[in-house]
Amino acid sequence: MKVERVAWTFVAPALAVIGLFFVLPVIAALLLSLTDFDLYALADTSNLRFTGLRNYIDTLHTPLFWEALANTLYFVGVGVPLSMLVSLGTALLLDSKLARFKGFFRTALFAPVVTTVVAVAVIWRYLFNTQYGLVNYALTSLGFGAIDWLGDANWSMPTIILFAVWKNFGYNMIILLAGLQAIPGELYEAARIDGASAWQRLRHVTLPMLAPTLLLVAIITVAGYFQLFAEPYVMTRGGPLRSTTSVLYYMYEEGFRWWNLGRASAIAFLLFALILAVTAGLLRFARGSRAA
Amino acid sequence: MSWRQSSQGASRWLVNGALIGATALTLAPLAWMLSVSFMTRGEAAAFPPPLVPTRPTLANYVELFTVLGVGRHLVNSLLLAGAVTALSLLFNLAAGYAFAKLRFAGRDALFRGLLGALVIPLQVAMMPLFLMMKSLGLVNTYWGVIVPSLASVFGVFLVRQYARSIPDELIEAARIDGAGEWRIFFSIVLPLLRPIIATLAILTFLTCWNDFMWPLIVLSGDAQQTMPVALASLSREHVQDNELMMAGAVVTVLPVLLLFLALQRHYLQGLMLGGVKG
Repeated sequence: MKVERVAWTFVAPALAVIGLFFVLPVIAALLLSLTDFDLYALADTSNLRFTGLRNYIDTLHTPLFWEALANTLYFVGVGVPLSMLVSLGTALLLDSKLARFKGFFRTALFAPVVTTVVAVAVIWRYLFNTQYGLVNYALTSLGFGAIDWLGDANWSMPTIILFAVWKNFGYNMIILLAGLQAIPGELYEAARIDGASAWQRLRHVTLPMLAPTLLLVAIITVAGYFQLFAEPYVMTRGGPLRSTTSVLYYMYEEGFRWWNLGRASAIAFLLFALILAVTAGLLRFARGSRAA
Repeated sequence: MSWRQSSQGASRWLVNGALIGATALTLAPLAWMLSVSFMTRGEAAAFPPPLVPTRPTLANYVELFTVLGVGRHLVNSLLLAGAVTALSLLFNLAAGYAFAKLRFAGRDALFRGLLGALVIPLQVAMMPLFLMMKSLGLVNTYWGVIVPSLASVFGVFLVRQYARSIPDELIEAARIDGAGEWRIFFSIVLPLLRPIIATLAILTFLTCWNDFMWPLIVLSGDAQQTMPVALASLSREHVQDNELMMAGAVVTVLPVLLLFLALQRHYLQGLMLGGVKG
């Protein structure tokens, strides 16, 4: 009985914070998304009206939302597989028996993860500068033409994808490395005795054993990449020609630039629903391919 | 035999060569940032781009701290990240331990509910949270950043996972000896949780330092702005001042990078333990 009371005093502060400043706002956001909360309501709440699903319907009829969605899907669709491929590649290299100075390489490859997005985005903006950037210097030295990375609507998103991969691959690399190290060595030995080549061992031993970790990593990465915001905010301000306006960037502009907080909440819920749907799809795909 | 040996030698070169290449590509932007930050104004705007400064200078750093007053933002970031880390550790440790080791009605259902909340993106809560902060008068105050971060589902989860390994007998024995629950928590449990305290402290500090969207929204006043938010607005005004902005990036990134290098073992361990989220 006494323990029970103490237990509640232990959990109460944390639960109060999470309840008041996360759970409650989430519920409030759902209600807010059903109102026309805007600049006038911000000044005087008597201007607030219940509008039902209006915000959702209006959002779905806004071309800019679909543009932002297409940009976000482009970023997720190309960025996540690329990011996972780089993570897997570096994790395999670090796991190799032939690798030397593993501790150093692991730390160095991980370093971008702990850096501040805003600061490193500033670096990349300069690296990819059309006139003075190192990247274009390298390209022109190799005989290619210079590319207007951040100024050309066709190249802006690929540049941001490259940036995101560089910034984030180390994180998944560490998780995949832990997964690789958990695979029993006897499995490789047995495959070797059966005459399996390195490629066959990778395909038939490593990847199947790593599948649960890969699924976990895929889900975390997809959820994270859907929340693209700081990169376009610093590097391109959503441009050029809105080519890097993400759903979250659109939500930020609606909510905190134009103060349409009701509309912004609806956009947030649409994004949440999308993340849930894609995650559920990934899980179902994983279950299906395991059954097959 | 000799073919096998030479093929192994070739693979060794391949693996280590690939690692060196990947590491060079990864570190190059950071190294270049450091190098350009010491260049004189306008030096970096040349073709081909210079790799090292001809006359290294601290002028960019001096301008950042004197003319642009970046020191204030650096202090803001340090204060905020420090306060959030210290306070949220207390909240998360107490709750995580109780969820792992103390029995109370509804514990498991409550914990499952918390885990469920992990799937909701933080941004969903931001609009109402801003209105709450505004009505509490916390917009443009440090508390606007600190209060919502006082506890986190992830922190509670991480502590609980680790605290489960504490043997029940240890706690039971202390109870029989007549120790109160608070005493048990502070003098027996906390010392045992030391590794996870280190991990969670670093994770929280880094997350708070690097956070951008919420500080951008709730701290719009110049005086309270954190370093990343201040750098973002500076970089919009000083698009052409590459050397100055590189120095700004160094000032923003260096504290967390050094912290990570000093305590990387704890950080990477926590990552593998939690398996999720940064």
